[in-house]
Amino acid sequence: MATSRFLPDRGLTARMTLVMFLLGGLFVALIVGVMLAVRSPGLAVIVGIVGLGIAWYQWYSSDSVAMRAMRAREVTPEQAPELHGMIDRLCAMADMPKPRVGIADMAIPNAFATGRSPERSVVCVTTGILNTLTAEELEGVLAHELSHVAHRDVLVMTVASSAGIAAGMLTQGAQYGALFGGGRRENNNGLPVWLLVLIVSMLVYAVSFVLLKLLSRYRELSADRAGAYLTMKPQALASALQKITGEMNAIPQKDLRASQAMNAFFIAPAIKGVSLRTLTSTHPSLEQRLEQLAKIQADLGRRTP
Amino acid sequence: MGLWDSLMGRTRPKQANLDALFGVPNAAVTLETTLGLVPTGDGSVCYRGAAGVAFAETERDLVELIRSTGDAPEVRVTGDGFGFTWVEVDREPGSGTEGLCTSLHAVNTSLEAQGFGPGLLCTLITFEDHAGRHMGLVYLYKQGTFYPFAPTGGQQRDNLLEIQVRDALRGELPLEEDLSRWLAVWGAPGLTGSS
Repeated sequence: MATSRFLPDRGLTARMTLVMFLLGGLFVALIVGVMLAVRSPGLAVIVGIVGLGIAWYQWYSSDSVAMRAMRAREVTPEQAPELHGMIDRLCAMADMPKPRVGIADMAIPNAFATGRSPERSVVCVTTGILNTLTAEELEGVLAHELSHVAHRDVLVMTVASSAGIAAGMLTQGAQYGALFGGGRRENNNGLPVWLLVLIVSMLVYAVSFVLLKLLSRYRELSADRAGAYLTMKPQALASALQKITGEMNAIPQKDLRASQAMNAFFIAPAIKGVSLRTLTSTHPSLEQRLEQLAKIQADLGRRTP
Repeated sequence: MGLWDSLMGRTRPKQANLDALFGVPNAAVTLETTLGLVPTGDGSVCYRGAAGVAFAETERDLVELIRSTGDAPEVRVTGDGFGFTWVEVDREPGSGTEGLCTSLHAVNTSLEAQGFGPGLLCTLITFEDHAGRHMGLVYLYKQGTFYPFAPTGGQQRDNLLEIQVRDALRGELPLEEDLSRWLAVWGAPGLTGSS
């Protein structure tokens, strides 16, 4: 009877689960590490709660903060009828609540989605992308962003970053401790407590940095997949990606830096990483994304026996 | 789709719900008696065509299939500005909506059987009254709900007529309660907007 052309990518899911599991383990390791170093479970728990609390706050206020950071304004269906019409239809096909729609007045062709839940999310495009892409390509990009909303990527990424946040906080705190309390409280090994905490937290921070970038790339690939299956036109997203990434390298450095904080939620990163690219890039390489889209194209075009 | 699936990034395409379409003939009788809206005999299915040869073949087959059934209705395939395809089935006015629903259902099932069910967007069955008002009954496949769409020329909708239709059909068809999902389909076949 009804066949499905949607083949779940088990490899991708498995890798993503592993990375999320490792990030969770890292958080626990950090708390336990602090607990052992300072011999005070109370302090470790406080560090953990504060780390989670900051992540929670970032997630909770993500829509308004991101809109402000991008100087984006919300648009009504009357102001942008075509954009709204496109999103209306995609949401009706995907059976998801319609997000709010924003436009940012920027020449960089890009798009992002943010918000704490599918019911309270914003999909935002820049005027640059509206001018660069054809309607079909824009739709592919919007489907990609809607997939981020459906996958609750803002929630996943901010919770995943809580270990890094706590570790970053501790690193600074330990340096502060070195200035004022250094030398007073030494443990049996002779190593000052602040140094132990510093080493643990910097280690956790470094590992969580790499893992977060890895997770972010997997989420992008997932969103590409879901978006391509939604529009049934992988080719449109592929050509949009080529246009966007191709033009992004030509944009002067000054403009690029202005949008650094928002990189994780963009469809293509505004900054082209050069060194350690494979380890630290938030987005998969263009070749990787095109390869995946080509595979979906083949699945959609396959004749059923 | 559950929360877990969404966190794992496994959004499966939502499958279409096809069966509610057969409630339309009864609803058509109600509309005729209460509001004087008569089916025009026209209907259409709107879907997203997939890239590739498999879809092109499916589409060709389903057009031939409808042409060969019953009283050989006229079938047209057109594209719209949003990149969606409309298959339009024209039957004689007054031929009843049963035959029309069967034709439309044939479109649905052949797309679904080939795995293109997630591409179905909506189906539209048009009505008109003697005052020249046009109304389309739109079925959203993914939500499994109906809503009325009554364009009055240009980009204006007759919201009062739409609400009347909703109230008349309450209890006969699953109706879309969320008014923000009453998507306008300007320029849809059979609803040119000008009366």
